[in-house]
Amino acid sequence: MILGLVDGDPASLEALTFARRFGEVEALVFGDMEVDGYVARARRAVHPRLDEYAPAAWAQAVLELEPEIVVAPGTDRGHEVLAHVAARIEAPLAANVIDAKVDSDVLQLTRQRWGGSLLEEARLTGTPKLLTVALHAIDAEPAGIRTTVDDFTPTLNDEDFRAHVTRREEPTAGNVRLDTARVVVGGGRGVGSKEGFEVLEELANLLGGAVGGSRVVTNLGWRPHSDQVGQTGERIAPDLYIACGVSGAIQHIVGCKSAKRILVINKDQNAPIVARADWAVIGDLHEIVPAIVAELRKNSA
Amino acid sequence: MNVGVCVKRVPETGARITLTPDGQAIDTSLLGFTISPHEECAVEEALRIIEKHGGSTTVLTLGPAAATEQLQNAMAMGIGSAVLLETNGGDWSAEATAAALAEAMRAQPEPFDLVLLGNEAADTADYQVGVRIAQMLGLPCVTGIKGIEIDNGNVIARREAGGGWEIFELPLPAVVTVKEGINLPRYASVRGRLRARKALIERFRPQPRASALETIRLVVPQETETHVEVLGAGAAAAQRVVAVFRELGLVAS
Ligand SMILES: Cc1cc2nc3c(=O)[nH]c(=O)nc-3n(C[C@H](O)[C@H](O)[C@H](O)COP(=O)(O)OP(=O)(O)OC[C@H]3O[C@@H](n4cnc5c(N)ncnc54)[C@H](O)[C@@H]3O)c2cc1C
Ligand SMILES: Nc1ncnc2c1ncn2[C@@H]1O[C@H](COP(=O)(O)O)[C@@H](O)[C@H]1O
Repeated sequence: MILGLVDGDPASLEALTFARRFGEVEALVFGDMEVDGYVARARRAVHPRLDEYAPAAWAQAVLELEPEIVVAPGTDRGHEVLAHVAARIEAPLAANVIDAKVDSDVLQLTRQRWGGSLLEEARLTGTPKLLTVALHAIDAEPAGIRTTVDDFTPTLNDEDFRAHVTRREEPTAGNVRLDTARVVVGGGRGVGSKEGFEVLEELANLLGGAVGGSRVVTNLGWRPHSDQVGQTGERIAPDLYIACGVSGAIQHIVGCKSAKRILVINKDQNAPIVARADWAVIGDLHEIVPAIVAELRKNSA
Repeated sequence: MNVGVCVKRVPETGARITLTPDGQAIDTSLLGFTISPHEECAVEEALRIIEKHGGSTTVLTLGPAAATEQLQNAMAMGIGSAVLLETNGGDWSAEATAAALAEAMRAQPEPFDLVLLGNEAADTADYQVGVRIAQMLGLPCVTGIKGIEIDNGNVIARREAGGGWEIFELPLPAVVTVKEGINLPRYASVRGRLRARKALIERFRPQPRASALETIRLVVPQETETHVEVLGAGAAAAQRVVAVFRELGLVAS
């Protein structure tokens, strides 16, 4: 059986779409996400103790179905649950796969290392084959099939619930979220100080966007870490990323490469990020950003 | 509290990654080495936990002899002792890495109450060594954590979820993998550096083992070429920038 894990994140549908290349897929659904049209069969995990997420319990449910291939989304939960599956049966796990095909009993795959700035081609043998699919590696596409849905109650014990979610805190309303913002105004070391970000915030506000930053600025405490774009921060995918005083280190680029367009403001024409940009303004951001803000205000007046 | 921290030596890549001619590894001849920011935060978190609750800290790494540099850096920040699982270099699979680390942890005179790791290693990014160690030691585990509190023999751990938080509770002893942002790591003091240079490092020689996930080669992904249009230099470019905003429909025309 080819099993697709549905963890509640929309990326689950990407994983199901990816899994169909191996044959007919069955989905194991936690929570109430709809997978209609994506797979022929879905099993909804039903268990009195599964109202809240418990990684080891989800892994046990996967194992009970004795799959040959398991495909999960490259989310926190997807990685975590498959790591538990892999650990329990001492099987390898290929994380953040972007391409794969079965060749007799071998899975030939390509996966991301270094947050996607390097790829690894690998072969995976043995059963079951466990993989997570990198986020946005492919688009979610229904297959135009009817999905039959059954309930499935796994056999779980206390051990499986030693680590579990006990409560949650909802997001604070009103903030533009970095990962879903249409425009992101990013600042790097070139911004120079915490105060230097005020004018970047003004620009972001005028464009209905969010402020982001490089690791240098979060490390210096100019911005909270939640603003960091990159390998160990957020992945952003705005229509426009405005990078001010950011050099474009590879670990930063992997976080913003899904931006549709990039506008760079940098005093160094040879900064690596300029080569990734659609537009560039060369010069001191402390003169350029205020001038853009003034121009925008003039326009809206 | 006895806290163990696992860190991994990785090359500090610049704006571009260059591979060795055989495509088996990153060409590190011109590069320095570091650890993942997640792991720096794990080191810092271990220090904060024992500063608050008392206890001892140990840093562990599996890697070449040169990885003593990363152990010393952690000790310079304040970690008490260090263990090197020495290899001949090259990648070890996540299974083999976890098995060697778990064995070294079992060999500690005092078992760890808490083991901290990064959520994923900077280089191989396998997202699994922590969970495997937990399984091998029979401990509960959570990953991707950005807030830890120790309360009455339990770990209260916070993870970001959809812009909000989900809060886990698990009994000690436990394994927790953390993400950058959980704290802001301190800098090593000069005194710390001196102490670290003289500190003894415990060494083991673990046995490698094969994995059913076999690397064939590494590939630098194709870059999409963009044609950059320079809108100008200095403040005079502001009008053209706003014209771009208008073109993209970000401001009313
Ligand atoms: C494993 C690992 C993970 C990492 N993860 C991340 C991550 O998630 N995100 C991240 O960002 N980094 C990350 N880094 C760090 C990364 O390698 C770089 O160090 C960092 O991105 C550089 O930040 P920066 O561009 O702000 O600073 P710099 O590289 O110092 O660049 C500053 C830029 O500002 C320009 N400038 C200076 N003054 C002005 C001015 N007045 N006007 C206009 N331009 C000006 C300069 O020309 C330069 O291009 C990671 C590193 C490692 C090893
Ligand atoms: N060779 C190693 N030595 C010590 N710790 C490691 C090693 N490899 C991985 N780890 C730890 O396990 C975490 C997750 O790694 P991975 O599962 O390989 O992505 C890392 O952030 C480290 O804390």
